[in-house]
Order: sequence, then structure tokens, then C-alpha cells
Amino acid sequence: MSQSHRIDAKLAGGQIDRTRTLRFTFDGIPYQGHPGDTLASALLANGVRLMGRSFKYHRPRGPISAGSEEPNALVELRTGGRQEPNTRATVAELYDGLEANSQNRWPSLRFDAMGINDKLSTFFAAGFYYKTFMWPKSFWEKLYEPIIRRAAGLGSVTREEDPDTYDKGFLHCDLLVIGAGPAGLMAALTAGRAGKRVILADEDFRMGGRLNAETFAVGDSQGADWAAVSVAELSAMPNVRLMTRTTVVGAFDHGIYSAVERVSDHLLTPAAGKPRQVLWRIYTGHAILAGGATERPIAFENNDRPGIMLAGALRAYATRWGVKVGERIAVFTNNDDGLRTALDLQAKGVDVVAVIDSREGGDLLPGIRHLRGAEVIDSTGSLGLKSITVRQSNGRSETIAVDALGVSGGWNPNVNIHSHHRSRPVYDASIAAFVPGQDGPQGLLVAGAATGAMSTHAALKTGRDAAMAALGLGTGPDLPQAEDAPVRITPLWHVGHGKGRAWIDQQNDVTVKDVKLAKQENFTSVEHLKRYTTLGMATDQGKTGNVIGLAIMAELTGRSIPETGTTIYRPPYTPVAMGTLAGRSRGKEFKPFRLTPSHHWAKEQGAVFVEVGNWLRTQWVPKAGETEWRQSVDREVLATRKSVGICDVTTLGKIDIQGTDAGAFLDRVYANTFSTLPVGKCRYGLMLREDGIVFDDGTTARMGENEYVMTTTTANAVTVFRHLEFCRQCLWPEMDVQLISTTEAWAQFSVAGPNARKLLQKIVDQDISDAAFPYMGAGSITVCGGLRARLFRISFSGELAYEIAVPTRYGDALLREMLAKGAEYDPIVYGTEALGVMRIEKGHVAGGELNGQSTALNMGLGKMVSKKKDAIGMVLSQREGLTEESGYRLVGVKPVNPEAKLTAGSHFLETGAAAVAENDGGWLTSKVYSPHLGCDIALGYLKGGDRKIGQRMRIVNLLAGLDTEVEIISPHMFDPEGERLRG
Amino acid sequence: MIIHHPILGPRDAQEFVYLGDATLIDRPDGMTAGVEAFHDYLYNRDNPAGEHRELWYHEQGDRSWLVVTRNTVTHEITKVELARDVARARGRTK
Repeated sequence: MSQSHRIDAKLAGGQIDRTRTLRFTFDGIPYQGHPGDTLASALLANGVRLMGRSFKYHRPRGPISAGSEEPNALVELRTGGRQEPNTRATVAELYDGLEANSQNRWPSLRFDAMGINDKLSTFFAAGFYYKTFMWPKSFWEKLYEPIIRRAAGLGSVTREEDPDTYDKGFLHCDLLVIGAGPAGLMAALTAGRAGKRVILADEDFRMGGRLNAETFAVGDSQGADWAAVSVAELSAMPNVRLMTRTTVVGAFDHGIYSAVERVSDHLLTPAAGKPRQVLWRIYTGHAILAGGATERPIAFENNDRPGIMLAGALRAYATRWGVKVGERIAVFTNNDDGLRTALDLQAKGVDVVAVIDSREGGDLLPGIRHLRGAEVIDSTGSLGLKSITVRQSNGRSETIAVDALGVSGGWNPNVNIHSHHRSRPVYDASIAAFVPGQDGPQGLLVAGAATGAMSTHAALKTGRDAAMAALGLGTGPDLPQAEDAPVRITPLWHVGHGKGRAWIDQQNDVTVKDVKLAKQENFTSVEHLKRYTTLGMATDQGKTGNVIGLAIMAELTGRSIPETGTTIYRPPYTPVAMGTLAGRSRGKEFKPFRLTPSHHWAKEQGAVFVEVGNWLRTQWVPKAGETEWRQSVDREVLATRKSVGICDVTTLGKIDIQGTDAGAFLDRVYANTFSTLPVGKCRYGLMLREDGIVFDDGTTARMGENEYVMTTTTANAVTVFRHLEFCRQCLWPEMDVQLISTTEAWAQFSVAGPNARKLLQKIVDQDISDAAFPYMGAGSITVCGGLRARLFRISFSGELAYEIAVPTRYGDALLREMLAKGAEYDPIVYGTEALGVMRIEKGHVAGGELNGQSTALNMGLGKMVSKKKDAIGMVLSQREGLTEESGYRLVGVKPVNPEAKLTAGSHFLETGAAAVAENDGGWLTSKVYSPHLGCDIALGYLKGGDRKIGQRMRIVNLLAGLDTEVEIISPHMFDPEGERLRG
Repeated sequence: MIIHHPILGPRDAQEFVYLGDATLIDRPDGMTAGVEAFHDYLYNRDNPAGEHRELWYHEQGDRSWLVVTRNTVTHEITKVELARDVARARGRTK
């Protein structure tokens, strides 16, 4: 029984290797195939036609095509983490050990309980859900939608992680040729022989396109052989890159194309070090779309049974794969190409019982029962085709027993990529199909069947000519002799008969009735038709069904097809896996960590880390016996304020600013003044956006007459630098000022606490006594006997504090040296939590206050905005709405009951006021537990807050169930006089 | 998209950061212009379907700010200039 439907090799050898056998399973049943098979061709060779269930009605379905346009034969491929849903069996290349399963069925493919939907089809017409499941409103989300989603659908995704890698790559060429059929091969030969850099990409694993499925001669050989010889010639050219299994999925601006190469999908597992798929970005001088054409069916009642296929697909299975889909075959056609299928199949010994030709008159095929003016009006066979009903030209009906039917309604040029920039295809009545219109992507030419040139000769000629035109070549190769049959077609879109359902879009279960309903409800534009009926959606994007749908709409509305128009296409041409789009950007590689210079030391200590932007910073460093984070953080704060603590602040942005106008430049970008800053000093700077809102803050030091070092917040390091470059280049190009980011160049540590100077003096080579290095001093120094370093006497903690910077590679050594040399002071390393506690105790603003909505005035820093000079944001910071007396002001907050807890984000309310938005007085921006004050403390923005110091209010957080009385205090909650930091 | 950088040649647009309308170069003088002028400068923009001069920053490159003349309908880029040169030509000085 194995491969019962394989045609004798003498009649149809095909492009398969019959000397080797591949084993595979479908729904657990073992089968055999050959190298060169697709999953679909191998299943058909084994007599398996039923491969899936339809989306909505759960109708039994088999493949209708032999290519990427397939709407029906969608399967789950592979298992475990490699399981992939909705794979088209018609393009899945067979390999030894392949496991495939059908989907959207329960309990089995042959008996699907949801098949009941088919009996209830009246209820599932277009728009039914929206009209019916309206009330009660809450039922939609909770009840109706989950049930409908479960019943309808495609494959299921695995819950396991994909073990394979995906990659991205970049390619450049003079000419990209999309599709390796006769047109594409001829174009590539023309360009390749002229020495141009050519990429020839084809979605198939075997180049040749339709030539592999036809019996035509090209020159002196079979078409498939000519293709193979041409591919061999191209592969020997160093300037040509051949890419099989590569689908060009999108055309983007300026000659850029994206392509998906399925590197390993045809293997059981990818070879070591190889990705499963690669997403290529191809930069081209020109491109030629030679994507061929896709056959379309004719709609008739029950035209979706397994065994009913596109006629060209029947022919392809026979010629390329040596497979006869049935024992008794008929063909239903409205054009000459359908006749070709009948002749080819008959020549391979297949029993062609009838050709039903909708066209009246004309010649009859010799040796075949050729019915002119006839139509197929119905079919039978629950799990596979058993018979068709034919209405003859004299009106008589006849039932013919067949197990396969080829249907040809004509061929649609694959214009898809040509309309990615909104070019509208135009209708060509001579072939009854849409062809590429004007204004396609710049540099893209179209050749072969994709442009409506349907014969082999026309494909070869247009391919060559397109390459010559694209590259400006004066001559090209001679064309081999090939058939040049004209297209003879009399359009027939659907067979009008009875009340049954005739499918247009098999993937979405859209029938002729649905189009009629759309018309009846006035959804007559093609865009409305698509959305109302779902015609042309999902994985196949209506490659076989779209044109029929709009042609029927044209009929119903009495308009011509050009008047009705067509929807256009967007990338991707065929579905692309999410993993392919992600490439290597998975897990931490999506967002890699930046590690601080003290990271390795901290890791050795068992530090807890926190993500800050891309950085991984030490959050706290637990000691033995500490079981709760607050114990560690409280200890770090107390130890710092008692003796000395060290914190890695490398993550702050650092920008060197040099030039004779550096000071004047800083005056323009900071709200306060820097040109007056003496050399060797630093100053806190407040940077505004042009709209007057605070952008960033930090300290900037004057290291020399024309040299400053700016620090930014960690979060804004990149955007501040970008902004400064904008100011420098776009606003004040005449200024002599140069910028460079040195964030990565310097490791920087804050050393804070009463013993900070004593500890540092053990490291620093120069005298740093208060007299020699006063508060807000800055300068270049050396440490450890000569290593260049920078020292800034600045404090975020409120303690006597310094920031010391050394070249990054010495950061780790510096930290260890400070801890060793200063051991007598019991130095501790503190993390971002203790940093936060100390800055909030001091009322310094940070993330919660620098929220992109607050002004200097809100922060209590209004006086810093100098009006004596022009600076970014100065003018608009004076806007009426930003300078209200009663506006938000930064305040400190502590609970009246020291045991009470606060939460950031809570709102201020007057005592007795109802907790409603109208009474909202502001909110808490940051909150910590202060070990010095022995209670929670917070900063917040309070309306008119500067006039409410000393008052009592309530803090309310309805989400946290918090409503507690607090005292409004100065934000400077610890050492308000600043005696410690000047010590 | 590909932007033909006046110094570095053709570069992928992914290397750039987009800012917007190049009229941002024409910042009023804060010492003479008032709130109205700044409001107009900062918030009022034309939104043409067609040719648009706009600022792009070569962040993954040489940090040049560029003025790119781009058709917003077709994405065709007809001119690329260094913003510094444009600013100078518009008389922007210290």
C-alpha cells in the first residue's frame, strides 16, 4: 500500500530520488516518501488527501495547490519546542523523521466533533457574531468570545522554548531576482554573464519554478533540464549568489528587500552552529520580480472537498513528484491551460474521465471526453471527493464518479511585492487577471508571468529584457526556443446554482453567499468586503480567493472589475515566524546588560542587583545574618553616615565639553550659569527642555579654562548628549565647542561619610585637605602612585563626600584598594537603595521627581533659572500655567504616627476631604524608610506646598487601602544646614 | 530607507534618530523673543503630504545632525545636508 499513488517512474520520473526512502508520520501514522517530496506530495503519494479541517465550519480539507498559496493543508510540524503551527504541507520539504499533525480538529481528523458547525452554517455567515452576540455586553469578553475562539482557529503554539537560533544578515547586489522560474533564470543569466553582482532567490528548494511542473521543451531539452543547466552555470559564477528556500517577503524604501531563508527547516535538527532561519536585508541597485502566477479556482457548490484541486497543481504533482491524486480524474476549466492538465495527466497514464469546459464551441481534445459549455455544479464525498455533478450545455445534469478534480479559473500574476508601496494592480481583460500597475517600488521591474506574460517564450524574453533594462546592458543572451501559446480564457468566477455553499476563500470559509450578504448590507467596496467577510485574510492572504471574491462583487453590483478595484498587498508575502523577526534578540540578547566596574566584586559578595536602564547596578550588599532587605539597606545608610560608604556611580552619563566657547555653551544649555564657574570647581546644573520642563540634572566641573566635565542622570545619558549635539550643530554652529561622551571611559565611585577624606587620602597622591580641596572642588589628580584620576567634592548623600574617577579598566582595582587601604574605617559598599534613602533624606530630586512633567519651580529650584541670559527652556518656563503660585511644590512628608507606612503614588488630601479627584492635592513621588528619623519619609508634589510646611494632611491610596495622617515638612529632612557635607 | 550622508555616503536609516521638522533650527532669541514666538517655534508645525525638510541624527555613526529633504508620500529623498551648514546659511551665530 506504500506510495500507492506514485506513478510509474517510466511514465513520470519526477524531480524526486526514488532510490532513497524517507520515513515520516502524519497524525502518528508512519508513511514513506522520497527526497524531493514535499509533505503534501508524499501524503498524496500515499493516498492521503484529508489533511486538515477548515477554520470555521470544520469541513474536511485537502491541499488545493502545490505551493505557498495553499489555504487548506495547514499542519503542525515537529514536536516539543520545535513545534510549528499552520505550516503549509505543500511547501514543507520532506525529511527523514518528519513528524506532522493535523490541527483544528477534535478528537480526530476523520471524526471532528466541531464538524457540527458545518450543520449550523446558517449561524456562521459573515457578520453573524457581531449581530448576535451583542447582549448583554459583558458576555462578549467572558463567554461568547472564548467559546468562538476555541471553536474556530488554526494550529496551537508550543509552550516550550524554541531550542533553535535565528539570525539576521545583510546582502548587497546590483540586481536581485525574485523567483527562479524561466523569467528569473533568464534575468539572472543575463546579468550574471555581464559580470553584475546578482542574487537569485526562490522560495522553493529547487529552482526552475513552473518548468519543474511542466513538460515543455526549452531549447533542445526538457524545461526542467534547461533550468538545471542554467542553475549550474549560475552557481559557477563568483558574482552570482543563488538562494534557494529563500522567500523575498517585502519591498522597502530605496531598493531594500527583506527575505527569509529557511536554512534548516528541511532537516530533522539544524546542523551544529547553523540557524533555523535567517532574515536577510538585501540592498539592491535594481530588482526584478519574477514571481510567476497563481492559479485560481472556480466557485461551485461543495467545491472544497479533498481531491478537488487547482488543475495546475494536479499537473505539478504528476510531473514534478510522480503522484496521481486520484484514479479517476476530471478537469473543470474556463481556459486552455486546464486542457494542458488533462493532456499531461493522460500522457502519464492517468484515467482522465472528462474535461468540463465552460466555454462554448471550439475544438475538442482528441481521445478525451471533452464537454464544451458545461459546468460542474456540485460534488459528493464526505471525507474526499466521490463524484461531481455536471450540467451540460443542453441543461442536462450528469453525475460522474471521480476521486480527483482539477479546476482552472485562470492564472493571477503574483503582483504582491509590486504593490508593497501602494501601487494598485490594473485589470487586464485579455488574461482576465490583475497585472502590476504604475508606481511600483523604485528600481523594481516585473518579468514573466508576474507581469502577465504567460508563455514560456514570453517569460524568457521579458526576463532577459528586464535585466538588460535594469542594468543598462546593450546586449543579452540569445533566447532558447520555447512554447508561446496565447492565453485563451472566458472568465467564469462562480457557477450559479441552487442554495448550497460555494467556497471562494477556503482558508477563512468565505462563500459566495457571504459576498452576497456583504452586498446586501452595502459593504460593496473591496476594502469593506474584505473586512466584513474576512476574505483574503490569514496565512494565505487570499492568494487563490481574492480575485474571485471581488469579481463576484462586481457582478452583484453591476460594475466592471476595474470599477470594483482590488485590495493591495502589504509585506510579508508569506508568513514569517516571530523568531525570525527577533533573530538573535532573544532573552538577554534582546536587551544586554551593561555591567559596572564593581560588578565582579559585588557578585563575589553576593550582592543583589537591579536593572537601571541597560545597567545592572548593585541594589544592596547583604551581610551574613541579614534575612530581609531593609536590614542591609538600613545598615548601609547608618554605616555611611557614621563612617564611610562607597557607591559605584559609573552609570551616570559623563560628557567632556571643550573649546573656547564651552562656558558660553553651557550657559545656553543649563538654566543656571556656568561661564562664571572658577577652574577647579563644580556646580549643580539644571537642564530644561525648550518647553520649560526639567530635562535633566547633574554636576558639571570646570577642569580648565576651556574644559568642562558634565555629568547627567543614568537614564538621560544618551538623550542629553544627543540634545547637546543638536544645540551645538543646529542652533549655535559658530560656537567653538566640542563634545565627547566619556561614560564608558571612567569608572566613578562616590565615597561618602565623615571618614571619606581620611580613606581617600590613603589612595590619592595629592593633599585633599579641606583647605587644598574644598567643598565643590574638582580637579585632575593621581592615585596609587601615579594613575591618572579625577576627583570631585560633591555629595548626593549629604555627607562629606567625593566622587573619584579612574580609567574604567582600573575601577575594580580601585574599589578593592580603597576597601583594603581604608579598612580601619570599616568602609561599606552601598547600593542604589541606600543611595535612594540618603538622597530622599536630603531632599534631592531624582527619577520620581524628574518625571518629564515638572518645572524647576515645582522642584523648589525656581531661582536657579537665570533670566539674565538666553538658555534652552528659559522663555517657556515663564508661561502662565507653569508659574502659578498654587502650583505643585516639592515637599517632605512624614507620618504623624511613626509606625504608619507610606506608599509612593499616594495622594494628598485635606483632613476630612472626600477621596475624589476634585480634592486631589498632589502625590508622593518617592518614599523610603529613614533609619535616622525612625519612620517612613517621602517626597511629593503638593499644590501650594511651600506654604503648607508644618501643616497636617492625609495621604490616601485607595488601591493600597492607605489613609493616614502626615505632616508636611521641608524636603531637606536630614542635616538641613548642610554642615556635614562641608566638614 | 537609505540616507546619503554628505560625508559618509549611503547609510541605512536605522543608524539615525529622527527628530522632526527642520524649522527647529530657527530658534528665536530668548532675550528678545517672547513666549508667543517660542510657542510657535516649538509647537506649530506644517504636516505636508509631500516634500518635507527634517532633522535626522546619525547617532550610530558620526553624530552629525542632518537636514534631509524627504517626500512624506513616496519617501523619496532629494537632498541631504549637514544641519550645521544649513544653520550657518540661515545666519545662526553665537
